[in-house]
Amino acid sequence: MTQQLKLRPVPAGGSLIRRLSADRPARPVYVALALLVVLGWLVFALDGGAFLSQENIVGIQQRSAALGIVAVGQTLVILAGSLDLSVAYLISLTSLVTAEIMAGSDTGVPVAVAAALAVSALTGLVNGLIVTRLRVHAFIATLGVALVIRGALDARYDGPAGSVPESFQHLGYDRIGPLPVSALLWAAVAAGAWLLLSRTRLGYRIYAVGGDTEVARLSGVRTERVVVAAHVLCSVCAGIAGLLLASRLGAGAPTVGTDGGYDLESIAAVVLGGTALAGGRGGVAGTVGGVLLLAVLDSIFNQLEVNSFAKDVVRGVILVAALAIYARRRRTR
Amino acid sequence: MLRMTGIGKSFLGVRVLGGVDLEVSAGEVHAVVGENGAGKSTLMKILAGVHAPDEGTIEIDGRSVTFGHPVEAQRAGVAIIYQELTLLPERTVAENVFLGREPVRRGMVDRAAMESATGELLKSLGEESFGPRDLVRRLSVARQQVVEIAKALSLNARIVVMDEPTAPLADHEVELLYTLVRRLTARGIAVLYVSHRLREIFDLADRITVLKDGARVTTAEASSLDTAALVRLMVGRELDSYYPPRAAGPPGEVILSVRGGGNTRLHGIDLDLRAGEIVGVAGLQGSGRTELAKALFGAEPFTTGEMTPRRPRSVREGIAAGIGLVTEDRKAEGILPNQRVRDNALLVARATGAPRNGIERLLERVRLSPPRPAQEIRLLSGGNQQKVVLAKWMSVAPRVLLFDEPTRGVDVGAKAAIHDLMRELARDGMAVLMISSELPELIGMSDRIVVLREGRVAGELPAGSSEEAVMRLAAAS
Amino acid sequence: MRRALPIFVVLAGLLVAIAIVNPYFLEPPAFLAFVKRAAPLVILAAGQYFVIVSGEFDLSVGSLVTAEVVIAARLIDGSAEATWPVLALMIAFGLIVGLVNGIVTTLLRVPSFITTLGMLLILSGAVFLWTGGSPRGALSEQFRQLGRGSLGPVPWSVLILAAVAAAAVCAMRAGFGHTLVAAGDNDRAAALSGVRVARVRTVAFMISGLSAAVAAILLGGFAGVSAQVGKGLEFQAITAVVLGGVALGGGRGSVAAAMAGAFTLEALFTLLNLYGISGALEPAVQGVIIIAAVALGAVRFPRARAAAAS
Repeated sequence: MTQQLKLRPVPAGGSLIRRLSADRPARPVYVALALLVVLGWLVFALDGGAFLSQENIVGIQQRSAALGIVAVGQTLVILAGSLDLSVAYLISLTSLVTAEIMAGSDTGVPVAVAAALAVSALTGLVNGLIVTRLRVHAFIATLGVALVIRGALDARYDGPAGSVPESFQHLGYDRIGPLPVSALLWAAVAAGAWLLLSRTRLGYRIYAVGGDTEVARLSGVRTERVVVAAHVLCSVCAGIAGLLLASRLGAGAPTVGTDGGYDLESIAAVVLGGTALAGGRGGVAGTVGGVLLLAVLDSIFNQLEVNSFAKDVVRGVILVAALAIYARRRRTR
Repeated sequence: MLRMTGIGKSFLGVRVLGGVDLEVSAGEVHAVVGENGAGKSTLMKILAGVHAPDEGTIEIDGRSVTFGHPVEAQRAGVAIIYQELTLLPERTVAENVFLGREPVRRGMVDRAAMESATGELLKSLGEESFGPRDLVRRLSVARQQVVEIAKALSLNARIVVMDEPTAPLADHEVELLYTLVRRLTARGIAVLYVSHRLREIFDLADRITVLKDGARVTTAEASSLDTAALVRLMVGRELDSYYPPRAAGPPGEVILSVRGGGNTRLHGIDLDLRAGEIVGVAGLQGSGRTELAKALFGAEPFTTGEMTPRRPRSVREGIAAGIGLVTEDRKAEGILPNQRVRDNALLVARATGAPRNGIERLLERVRLSPPRPAQEIRLLSGGNQQKVVLAKWMSVAPRVLLFDEPTRGVDVGAKAAIHDLMRELARDGMAVLMISSELPELIGMSDRIVVLREGRVAGELPAGSSEEAVMRLAAAS
Repeated sequence: MRRALPIFVVLAGLLVAIAIVNPYFLEPPAFLAFVKRAAPLVILAAGQYFVIVSGEFDLSVGSLVTAEVVIAARLIDGSAEATWPVLALMIAFGLIVGLVNGIVTTLLRVPSFITTLGMLLILSGAVFLWTGGSPRGALSEQFRQLGRGSLGPVPWSVLILAAVAAAAVCAMRAGFGHTLVAAGDNDRAAALSGVRVARVRTVAFMISGLSAAVAAILLGGFAGVSAQVGKGLEFQAITAVVLGGVALGGGRGSVAAAMAGAFTLEALFTLLNLYGISGALEPAVQGVIIIAAVALGAVRFPRARAAAAS
């Protein structure tokens, strides 16, 4: 150890690897993911397909992207000790805002993107302020906001509305080399969040507030601001997912968020990735693993042509089993 | 360097500190001693900015300071290391040390700088068994203290307050702490050392300030005192408080008996509790007092040894065997804060399906005044809350009642009432065990005193033993 | 009781407001129809109350209602003889789902939010897996009587609701209710007083499952068989309970207030309809009111404590 002390500062490369492996809560989900990939490979082989084919991998990424982006945002609020149930309706709302402002024309794209992000940031601000200032439990606060958005949607829309220009649809369908643009977008959001959590003061404080609000306060952290910031970032992630889905659909849809079950499913992906629901422990790496796990599972089911209801059952079982295992690991340690 | 003058503080109209002066110079270890309730913790919390004093001034380096928030005290160079550590277990050592003040370069937290600075701090503290990147959760309590101290140093603290720092430590770890304290003073940092353990105080302190009943008795060079003199200064008071008379006759039959009781915290416990007798349990913090009560009760059961009645393996078995426990931490383990007095008092009876006495009779029995069963318990004073906790146990008429610090945070009047009740219960044939770190109370109440040390029975003293005798047995090593 | 009072005042106010617009509302037929419509949600709120007051969540009740209705339709398939055995089976199924929720939460220590979220996924998947994607079969006429029929002038569902309410209030007055609240208020203190915390919480989940079964019986009769019948009911039930002044996290609030919260929600919908506010805006108004109600509760609490301390 003395030796090591003399060697400081440590080269950045070594630090990165250590950092990733030190993110212990994420490890089990990657072990499970690896096992599932092997299983998937076997299933596809026996079934006469190729699991690791580019097509299938791209498919997996494609399916994961929207959920992945939302889940990254959800990770931030959960780490801060909060929760966001409003993301699904917010996704629908931003998809509509995007498509309506674009109205099929290329010139509307920048304004529409800015508007969608602004709407989502505002929603996050409202969520955060209700949780911190009015001291309403995050469950109720974000559920209430979700209902408000739903009311606005129901009042104005019966079905898909607006349309996005072809240029904007590249976001949803194009590839750069083998990689879909949507997957790259997800990767960028995840990397950004990872950087935020591991390299910025705000990230450090998110962990501190979620870990122990009182300790954070005694160390001079302004805890309320941190929670509000986490909510804003989470909602912006939902807004980005809304943009992506609008680009895929070519229009905005009032049910696109709820049909995808993004609220509860993003929370499921986060906790599958080893992030504690109570906050303060976990990270983006685990969430990415959790989302990929769900996507690989989907892909295996598709190959086996299992219907979607069986998928739900298996997901439920995996979710509960994973959490039971985490609880056990924490106790025996 | 530090001068506190005429510090006074009252809580809810009860004066806990009055006119206390304290002067500390750079590079000294200044011990603050006194019995429980003497005002040590309050004084230290005022220094750390947790409480604001009602009167008096604080000067650091001749400049008058006022702290509205702990962070302001930190900035002024005062760091406090609490008994409960204020670290985030899921974060690394470096992240904890720099929490709230992370160094930033080009918008990013400069991990390398943070970790190398933490490494330097640890090295300067002679700590080589862990590094800046280890998770705090994986460190022992002693090492976590080192992290706290490193955090204090990173704040450029010039006054470090340690509140009972050795309480959670094993013996070999205490030596490490000594080394650490000496390293701090070698840098010119003043250490304010609060402890019950007299040996440590004579090992470490340059000067000693003795507090009693919220006032300063004296400040003296450590070399001018010995243990006996110090104990006399701490406890030397007229035994003016009233304690109910002891039982006249000899105690009755043995109701509870343990032979060789042990678990992870206790070893080879032999103990008999007799009807009509109050047995006091003394011991330093961490000596296993609370653990003993919880083992007898079944909450943290004995895993070895014989016990009559049958060794309880759970709380319900303990209750079924006629044992009750008035817990030490009333707020966390004793009361249901949002429920009414009635629901608190009837909880044990309801949980175990025992037949219920009338609530009015019960509250009258514990002399709750005013006896309002519909009031929410959190609105009551500490003393009245404790009476309700007592009522909770009386409702199932146990044969053995274990009291863990029964009068902590209880005002004088209620304290006397609780003492009377305990004696009354014993007179009615109950076996009573009482843990207290307040020696006058323990000596005033007990028919005999069992002294614990490091999870074992260190010895037993008869009624009316001196505080010195108890202290010596508890602190010897 | 003091804490529960505001919700009754609000409820009374809403009922009066409805009566002003629709003078017939307070006459027995119209009022009974209102109660009948509210019954399933009130019953669900009562069940959810037991779970919430013990310090947990039950997100699975909505999908449990759907599952129960779909199962009943397939098993009964229009046959009168099958009605009563299937009703018994529904009750048993609700209890078993609650038992599993409780055991996973207390023994395996999975946060109840996740346990019941998993159960939600499992139930909604499994039941359609079994029926092949959409509800099949039909409920018998006898079954549907419970939801839509009446005994003399009083609908069956109102009678069932009255029985459920009475049972819930009795349970909360009994030793069980007190130990349940104790577990939710301070589980360590409760355990050290001999409360079997894991057991009472598990029973609370079973009660919630049972209430979902009863609500499903009424909804099946009232609204018929559909895949959407239980959708969103878990959130409505939790909302109703919180609206009644019951604290998330446990230990505070009464079951009567929780049920009043459900009535209030239903009265609110009725009122919005009467005033011609479109059904679409309903959720928005609901959302604002919930946040406001809880925020007011949260602000009041510390003030009460400060007053007590001085």
